[in-house]
Amino acid sequence: MNYDRILIRYGEISTKGRNRNKFVDKLRKSVRIALSSFPNIKIEASRDRMYVLLNGENGIEIVNKLKNIFGIQSFSPAIKIEKDVEILKQASLELVNSLYQPGQTFKVTAKRSDKTFELNTDETNHAVGGYLLQNIPDLKVDVRNPDINLRVEIRKEAIYLSCETIQGAGGLPVGSSGKALLMLSGGIDSPVAAYQAMRRGVEVEAVHFFSPPFTSERAKEKVIDLCKKLAEISGGSMKLHIVHFTDIQQAIREQVPENYTMTSTRRMMLKITDKIRAKQEGLAIITGENLGQVASQTLESMFAINEVTNTPILRPLISMDKTDIIKIASAIDTLEISNRPYEDCCTIFVPASPKTKPKREKVNQYESYFDFEPLIKEAVEEVETLHIKPDWNSNSEFDELF
Amino acid sequence: MIYFDNSATTKPYKEVLDSFMKVSNDYFANPSSLHRFGGQAEKLLTQAREQVARLLNTKPGEIFFTSGGTESNNLAIKGAAFQNRNRGRHIITTKIEHPSVRDAAAQLERDGFEITYLPVDQSGRVSLSAVEQAIRKDTILVSIMHVNNEVGSIQPIKEIGELLKNYPTILFHVDAVQGIGKVPLSITESRIDLCSLSAHKFHGLKGTGVLYIREGVKLTPLFSGGNQERTLRSGTENVAGFVSLAKALRLTMMKSDSGLKAMKQINNLLRTELSKIEGITINTPADDSAPHILNFSLTGIKSETFIHALEQRDVFVSTTSACSSKKKAPSHTLIAMGVAEDLAERAIRLSLSFENTEQEAKKVIKAISDTVNQLGKVMKK
Repeated sequence: MNYDRILIRYGEISTKGRNRNKFVDKLRKSVRIALSSFPNIKIEASRDRMYVLLNGENGIEIVNKLKNIFGIQSFSPAIKIEKDVEILKQASLELVNSLYQPGQTFKVTAKRSDKTFELNTDETNHAVGGYLLQNIPDLKVDVRNPDINLRVEIRKEAIYLSCETIQGAGGLPVGSSGKALLMLSGGIDSPVAAYQAMRRGVEVEAVHFFSPPFTSERAKEKVIDLCKKLAEISGGSMKLHIVHFTDIQQAIREQVPENYTMTSTRRMMLKITDKIRAKQEGLAIITGENLGQVASQTLESMFAINEVTNTPILRPLISMDKTDIIKIASAIDTLEISNRPYEDCCTIFVPASPKTKPKREKVNQYESYFDFEPLIKEAVEEVETLHIKPDWNSNSEFDELF
Repeated sequence: MIYFDNSATTKPYKEVLDSFMKVSNDYFANPSSLHRFGGQAEKLLTQAREQVARLLNTKPGEIFFTSGGTESNNLAIKGAAFQNRNRGRHIITTKIEHPSVRDAAAQLERDGFEITYLPVDQSGRVSLSAVEQAIRKDTILVSIMHVNNEVGSIQPIKEIGELLKNYPTILFHVDAVQGIGKVPLSITESRIDLCSLSAHKFHGLKGTGVLYIREGVKLTPLFSGGNQERTLRSGTENVAGFVSLAKALRLTMMKSDSGLKAMKQINNLLRTELSKIEGITINTPADDSAPHILNFSLTGIKSETFIHALEQRDVFVSTTSACSSKKKAPSHTLIAMGVAEDLAERAIRLSLSFENTEQEAKKVIKAISDTVNQLGKVMKK
């Protein structure tokens, strides 16, 4: 027997009160984008369930796509049947028969949200379970650890049968929590920070600082490749703002004592990111900062750097262990890209002994001898913005060779 | 000229040679060089890897480029053995493997590993129960070929993979050199950890190959050096070779979609007509065999003589495998299948590509028939 639909259960959306419709709409949009290569499907969304009607499309491929969509708690391939006890028994038998292998155990889990149905939950369990036992030789019941768990959901409009519950990615639908700008260096942490923010429904745009000839085209390509992965995760496209940073970096080197260059560089980056954020109407800035990991990520450094803005800075990785960050990077497929060994904006000009406890007064004093504002204004005006999609292909010049 | 020796090697496609020439000429930089020119070479390499991964349904990070089937097999087997020697020293393989697997195993045997060489049945197939019985606590690797290069028998890879799901610590290597493009094989669905390919068997160039290494599987490298191919295979990458490999694989997969049916028909025609000729015994099993290989034995005629006689009629075929044809030994595979020694010494292998036609097959049948008649008379005197 073939499943004809996939039943999707919302996660925390269900608890979001009056905002629920907005959340469901965002999720429906995510699902539609993720399944855009299946033209025949139909999506039906209600307050507490969503159904993807397969209409002959490949269920297995659709299941794989759904696994990655934020805002889905769990989902089950299902069959819709009429609310009739005989039809219910017959369809249950067909479904279990199609999965059953000799020696396996089962149980029936009925849920009745429509209390007008002629059988209550227990009676449904008994009726269906008994019928299966009579008709499938050797089938045994195991309520604790069954091989097949037949779920019968009796709802107002119909009964849904399913045997499998697949865990979704959890979180909130992308875009349901507003927009933020990510400072994306190319290292391991920032893509993971983006992922964590996306999981909570944030729409992410990335900012990357490019300093030719100190950083190379390859470092920029690395960042584009990371954005391709992130675009795939967010289910669509991602904006990447590339800031030309060479002049500012050189000015800092000339003006600021060596052990404060790092602090000052981060302050300039944050100022620029904040200006881009304002232009893009974002509400926060995301960084991959992780407390104590490097000199710029001590509390003292953050205190000195954060001074330049009062925009909320989200640091999803702040208290995580590096090994756990690496695990996520590996799972979302960004680790290998991040490990490419090119100099990026964070690794060049690292002073031999950067201040781990910089002072706000000092850094303000050093920066006061030079007017950085015109350079910052220019950098913001000349930002290069790319709309990266998962299939963004910078290789097309070579296609005929393949 | 009729070329029926495609299991020895195939003719490179023109498009493949064009790619090789263009990359060698225009993008000759070392992909490890930091300048933009090096960057282009690196991009080509990346794109080649991505294309191969897409065609094999794997991740790009699981594709490692090598110099061919022999290196891939050696790296897989020795690399897995050395990496896991502290966990166990038992390896399972079969009696009908290519020498690059068999002799790699034999070398490990001299190094203190224990090897079980599984037998095959009359149709050249290993049995699932034999694999299961051979598994021990200290087994670290099972290496079984997909399609046998001498007779074309197909091994039950998917079933063995299914069995090995119960033994998560045993690595599973598959030499898929002969099967690629001819016999479908899903690497990811067959629980394969390591899989070898060679480009010159699918109209690519000699000196290029692939080892698929499932994500998370660790091997000890054979070469020390510049740590290319994520440290597993040092040596400046053959960018032009790997770009052409990716193209050859794409073209082969494309032709495979439309060409397999015709290939099967040609093979059937050869089988039916040749088995009518007196003195010819077909060795390739009728079921579960690859569509491009047909192996038969001659009574009373030495295979080497026969090859040269056919060559005078402009037909090119092989004795057994090209690698061992210069050694005057009977075919390992045929002996393992229980074929009598005098027949195993007189084996001929016809092997097809998607380029071969029914017309050619008819000519070959006539050439073989005429040669058997002619030589048969001489030999009987």
